[in-house]
Amino acid sequence: MLTMTGIGKSFFGVRVLSGVDLAVAPGEVHAIVGENGAGKSTLMKILAGVHQHDEGTIEIDGRRVSFGHPLDAQRAGVAIIYQEFNLLPERTVSENVFLGREPIRRGLVDRTAMDTATARLLAELGEDSFGPRQPVKRLSVAQQQVVEIVKALSLDARIVVMDEPTAALAEHEVELLYRLVRRLQERGIAVLYISHRLREVFDLSDHVTVIKDGRLVTTVATEDVTSEDLVRLMVGRDLNGYFPPRSTSVGETRLQVTGGGTDRLHDIDLKLNAGEIVGIAGLQGSGRSELAKALFGAEPFTRGEMTPVRPRSVRQAIRAGIGLVTEDRKSEGLALRQSVRDNALLVTRAIGRGARRSGVRDLLERVRLTPPREEQEVRYLSGGNQQKVVLAKWMTVAPKVLLFDEPTRGVDVGAKAAIHDLMRELAEDGMAIMMISSELPELIGMSDRIVVLREGRIAGTLPAGSSEEAIMSLAAGEVSA
Amino acid sequence: MTPNVLAGSRTRFAALANPTSVVFLALAGVILVGWALVAVDGGQFLTMETVVGVQQRSAALGIVAVGQTLAIMAGSLDLSVAYLISLTSLVAAVTMAGQDSNIVLAVGAVMGVSALVGLVNGLMISKLRVHAFIATLGVSLIIKGILSDLYDGPAGRVPESFQHLGYDRLGPVPVSALLWAAVALVAWFLLRRTKYGYRVYAVGGDVEVARLSGIRTDRVIVVTHVLCSLCAGIAGLLLASRLGAGAPTVGTDGGYDLESIAAVVLGGTALAGGRGGVAGTVGGVLLLAVLDSVFNQLEVNSFFKDVVRGVVIVVAVAVYARRTGLAGRRRT
Repeated sequence: MLTMTGIGKSFFGVRVLSGVDLAVAPGEVHAIVGENGAGKSTLMKILAGVHQHDEGTIEIDGRRVSFGHPLDAQRAGVAIIYQEFNLLPERTVSENVFLGREPIRRGLVDRTAMDTATARLLAELGEDSFGPRQPVKRLSVAQQQVVEIVKALSLDARIVVMDEPTAALAEHEVELLYRLVRRLQERGIAVLYISHRLREVFDLSDHVTVIKDGRLVTTVATEDVTSEDLVRLMVGRDLNGYFPPRSTSVGETRLQVTGGGTDRLHDIDLKLNAGEIVGIAGLQGSGRSELAKALFGAEPFTRGEMTPVRPRSVRQAIRAGIGLVTEDRKSEGLALRQSVRDNALLVTRAIGRGARRSGVRDLLERVRLTPPREEQEVRYLSGGNQQKVVLAKWMTVAPKVLLFDEPTRGVDVGAKAAIHDLMRELAEDGMAIMMISSELPELIGMSDRIVVLREGRIAGTLPAGSSEEAIMSLAAGEVSA
Repeated sequence: MTPNVLAGSRTRFAALANPTSVVFLALAGVILVGWALVAVDGGQFLTMETVVGVQQRSAALGIVAVGQTLAIMAGSLDLSVAYLISLTSLVAAVTMAGQDSNIVLAVGAVMGVSALVGLVNGLMISKLRVHAFIATLGVSLIIKGILSDLYDGPAGRVPESFQHLGYDRLGPVPVSALLWAAVALVAWFLLRRTKYGYRVYAVGGDVEVARLSGIRTDRVIVVTHVLCSLCAGIAGLLLASRLGAGAPTVGTDGGYDLESIAAVVLGGTALAGGRGGVAGTVGGVLLLAVLDSVFNQLEVNSFFKDVVRGVVIVVAVAVYARRTGLAGRRRT
C-alpha cells in the first residue's frame, strides 16, 4: 500500500536521512524504532507533507505521490498524530476533528453534521466519557489522543502515523490505546508506530524498522527478534543491564514531610535520605507532579511540617537545596533559544551565588553531554541531551535533594542509560533523589523504595524490586491478595 | 470519570468564566453606577442626548475595533489603522469634491486603497515573516509620510447628501450606529458560521496546528488583514462624512490604533489570538464610550478620565487571565 524508496533529506547541508526504504501493507502495524535524532520523525514528517524529501520516491497504491503541503498528504489518506498533540484547546472536539475541512451546507459551516459525525466516530471507538461539544482544554491527555484518532478516522486515512503515542499516557491508558490501534488495524488501516518503549513494539507490531543515524538498519518481522536484538540494532552496542546497581548505604535524612497537604494532596508523610532513590508511582491525576511541585515550593504545601524548611516559593526551596527536574523540559526546564552555557548557569545566576563560567565545561563533561558545545542553542539538541543540560543546571548549585519528574520521557535508549547512571552517581555522592515515572520498569529498576500515590494520598510504600502488579494494584486501589 | 465531575462543577461558573458576559455585566454595572452618580450630581443620565452621544462616539471606534478583532483573533494585530483612517478620509473627500455623482466612485476608491493596504500588511506578515507589530508600524509610518507630504490640513469636500451618514438618525439610533451594527454582524457571522471564521480561530489558536491540519495559514492572515483594513476604510468614510472633509490627523487624533486594540482586549479577546469574538469587542467599545459619557456629564478632569480608563483595561485583562489560568491548569 505504501512504499517509500531511497528517501534522503538534508537540512542546511546537514544530512539527516539517506536511502531509507519502507513498505507497509494494509492492516499492518509497523513499528519504527531508533534513538532520538535517528531520523524517525523527519521520515514521518516527509510522509505527512511537512518536509519535502530531496531524494527517493513515495508511492501509495502504486501511484507516485509528492506532498508539497500537509493538505496533499491528508488528501492521499495519510494522517499523523504527533507527540505534541495538534489540537486547539479553546475549540470543541468536533471543531478540532473537522479543523480545516468543515462541512458546508448552503455556504455555512454545518455544525450539526460535524457533531453527528464526531459522535458516531466516538461511539465506534467505544468512547463515551466525553462528547463532540466538549472544549478540548477540559479533556485529559488520553481523551485528547482519542480526539486525534477520531480526526484521523474522519479523514478516511488509510495510513495513520503515531509518534510516541504513549509518551504522555499513564500505564492503564496504554491499554486503551492498544485497543484503538487494533480497531484501526481491523479497518484495514496501516499504522506506523513510533515508540521508544520496546514493550509496545512487541505487543502491537507486525514488522519493525530500525533506523540509526538517518539510515535504514533493517526491517524485520517482530516475532523474529528479541528486545535485546532491537536495542543492539538501535544503539549499535549491547546495553547490558539497563539499570545501574542499587545503592548500598543510606545516609542521613535530607528532607522530611509530615502531614503535608494542599488542595490536591493529603496527609503526605515522606522522608528522603541521602544516597537513596525514592520512586513515586501513581496513575495520571494521582498527585505525583503536585507532590514534586509542593516539595519544590511551586505549588506549596498549605498544611503539615517539612524539614529543612517548608518552602513558600521556589526561590526558598532552591536556597534550601531542593531542585526539580520538571516533566516538561521544553516549557519549564530550559530557555530553548539560549545557549547550553546560559541554560546551565540559569539557576546559579538566579540564586545569585555567582556564575562560574569556567566550570561549565567540566559540568557538561560530567553529565556526558556529547558533544559538549557550550555555544549551541539548546533547542537544537536531542531530548536526551536537553535533559542532560537540565541536570547540569542543577548541579551548579549542588542541591541536597533533587526531584525528577519523568526524567526520561521522550529520551532515547542510549541517553536514558546515561541519565540513569548519572542519577545513581548523584545519589552515591550523597544526594537524596526522588523520581516520578510512569514507566514501571524504570521505577522498579531504579528505585530503592517505591512510594505509590492514589488520589492525592500515599497508598503505600513498596521495597526495591517489587513487581509491576504490586505497584499497579496499590495505584489502582484494588485489594491486594 | 474525573473530567466529568469537574465539567459539572465548572458549568456553574461558565457565565462568569466567559469574558463576553463579564464585559456586558461590567457595562451594565457602569451604566447603573453612572446613572446613580449623575443623579446624585443633580443631572439625568439616560437622556436621549446621552444615548445618542454614546452611540455616535462609539460608531467609528466600533467599526475599527471589529476589524481589529479579526486581526487579533488570527494572532496578528494592526497598528496602521489610525493613519489609514486619515488617508481614507482624504481619499473620500478629495474624490467626492462636493459632487453627489462622485460618491460611488469615492467609496470604491476608499475600499480599493484599504484593501491594498491590508494586502500589503498581510503579505509582509505571512510571506516575509515580519512580526505584525513591526509590519503594520512600518506601513503606518509610510502612510504618515505620504500624508504629510501631500496635505498640511483638511482637504476635499463631502457633498451634503453624504453627510447624512454621519448625522442622521432613525429614532434614537444614529445611522452610523446602524453601520457599526451591520459591520459587527457581518464579522460575527464570518467568525461563527463560515469556514473562514473557523480558520481564524485555528490560526490564532496555534499556527502550527492549523498548518498541520492542512489550513493555508498565509491566506487566512492576508484575508484577515484585508478585512481589518476595509473596516478602517469604512471608519474613514464615516469620519469624512462627519467632518465634511478629509483630514490628515483625524485617525491619529482619535487614537484609533491603540484604542481599538484596548477595546478588543477589554472585550475579552486574547491578545495572543484564538480566543474571543466580536460580541465582546462591541461590549468593550460601549463600555469605553459609556465611561466617557459619565465623565463628561460629571465634568471630570480629562486626565483623571484617562487614568480610570487605563485602570479599567488592566483590571479587565487581569480578571480574564485569572479565569483562563484556572481553566488552563487542568490541561496538564
